[in-house]
Amino acid sequence: MDKRSASVADAVADIPDGATVMIGGFGGSGAPIELIHALILAGPKGLTVVNNNAGNGHVGLAALIEQGQVDKLICSFPRSADPKAFTDLYQAGGIELELVPQGTLAERIRAGGAGIPAFYTPTSYGTDLAKGKPTAEFDGRTYVQERWLKADYALIKGELGDPMGNLTYRMAARNFNPVMAMAATRTIAQVSRFVETGGIEPEVVITPGIFVSTVVEVPNPQQEEVLIRQKAVFP
Amino acid sequence: MSINLENIQLNNAQIAWRAAQDIEDGAYVNLGIGFPEMVAQFQPEGREAIFHTENGVLGFGKAAEAGEEDWDLINAGKKAVTIKPGTAFFHHADSFAMVRGGHLDVAILGAFQVAQNGDLANWSTGRGGVPAVGGAMDLVHGARRVAVITDHVTKKGAPKLVDACTMPLTGVGCVTRVYTSLCVVDVVEGRFVLREKLAAISMDDLQSVTGAVLHVGDTVKDLTTPSL
Repeated sequence: MDKRSASVADAVADIPDGATVMIGGFGGSGAPIELIHALILAGPKGLTVVNNNAGNGHVGLAALIEQGQVDKLICSFPRSADPKAFTDLYQAGGIELELVPQGTLAERIRAGGAGIPAFYTPTSYGTDLAKGKPTAEFDGRTYVQERWLKADYALIKGELGDPMGNLTYRMAARNFNPVMAMAATRTIAQVSRFVETGGIEPEVVITPGIFVSTVVEVPNPQQEEVLIRQKAVFP
Repeated sequence: MSINLENIQLNNAQIAWRAAQDIEDGAYVNLGIGFPEMVAQFQPEGREAIFHTENGVLGFGKAAEAGEEDWDLINAGKKAVTIKPGTAFFHHADSFAMVRGGHLDVAILGAFQVAQNGDLANWSTGRGGVPAVGGAMDLVHGARRVAVITDHVTKKGAPKLVDACTMPLTGVGCVTRVYTSLCVVDVVEGRFVLREKLAAISMDDLQSVTGAVLHVGDTVKDLTTPSL
């Protein structure tokens, strides 16, 4: 088995117009910048993107939005130091936003990957974000029903990857990446380093290869925070 | 409501200091983004709190020095932090399992308004703009104690402790204690119960800048803090 791809361009080449794409990361930490940039160059339109945020500056997710490729964003916190790309489009009515509490977003994605179509959570009960959602009482407390979230593709970032698709992550860059890997029909992982099969100790595998379709090596990946400070613009 | 609070009220550091005094040794604590992060600076000597951040770090250390940042090691406020012996990393679903699953001892959050029944409004003023909620609605459920630190009134002088919130709610009946720039109040059975107040403000004046009835507990202590 060999899930390795030769380039980020090859890895994202078949993502079509209208696809739902989960993109890992929390802010810039764990964001697969090179895969997002490859997706910009590949050019599919009408995407629904799932990410915790809405990008920052003019690189990564913000650049994807700026290029007009995203019709809908599902996220918890679409504000940032420089949120102009999303904010301008949102205020002009050019992009739809589904706002989801962060823990609900993570659990909806986990549920999607785990085959659980809906679950109940205390989060958002009695608030505007629970409007229209079924509720139920368990042991004297009321909970809100939330549905699973699945995607056609997930673009994620790992640290080590082997040909089987087994992955590790670097520090807090893990965040949404492992749950998104589970919830997409096809998961494309960029990793900082390829290792041979057996090169990751079984005990330290975080995402088992069954959740991963494609692995592509991106040595020394770019960090959004560094690019922002350099005032980088993509493309 | 003509009292001048400027000269008597606690500053943010003093409010944070007071909140830190109630964090017991060994507590698992989540501090909200912004002002609540300041509480970490005032951990009492000899006590160790273990800090949780939503993006998947438990037991992190101090903020990273300028120039030493590792952007794979940030907190929920997107600020670079550091690791120390005992730090653990985990993914987002596990992180919020810690939150919702009742594994945190304390969450300390900011507020626009707190109602006497413990309702909290802290995510949206309801006046338009881009809505953003982050982890606020999750954090108010699950922690054993949900405390708020806040100025007692808004910059325009409006009470932040109110009968009922007029701004969009973050959570229903979730706040257990409020540390303000003038007093410490518990939420008990749908009422604000005053525990401590600054000696410099009279009961009547405190009530006049509060938007709900302050019930007086068995004893009301003086709220004292160091100069910070």
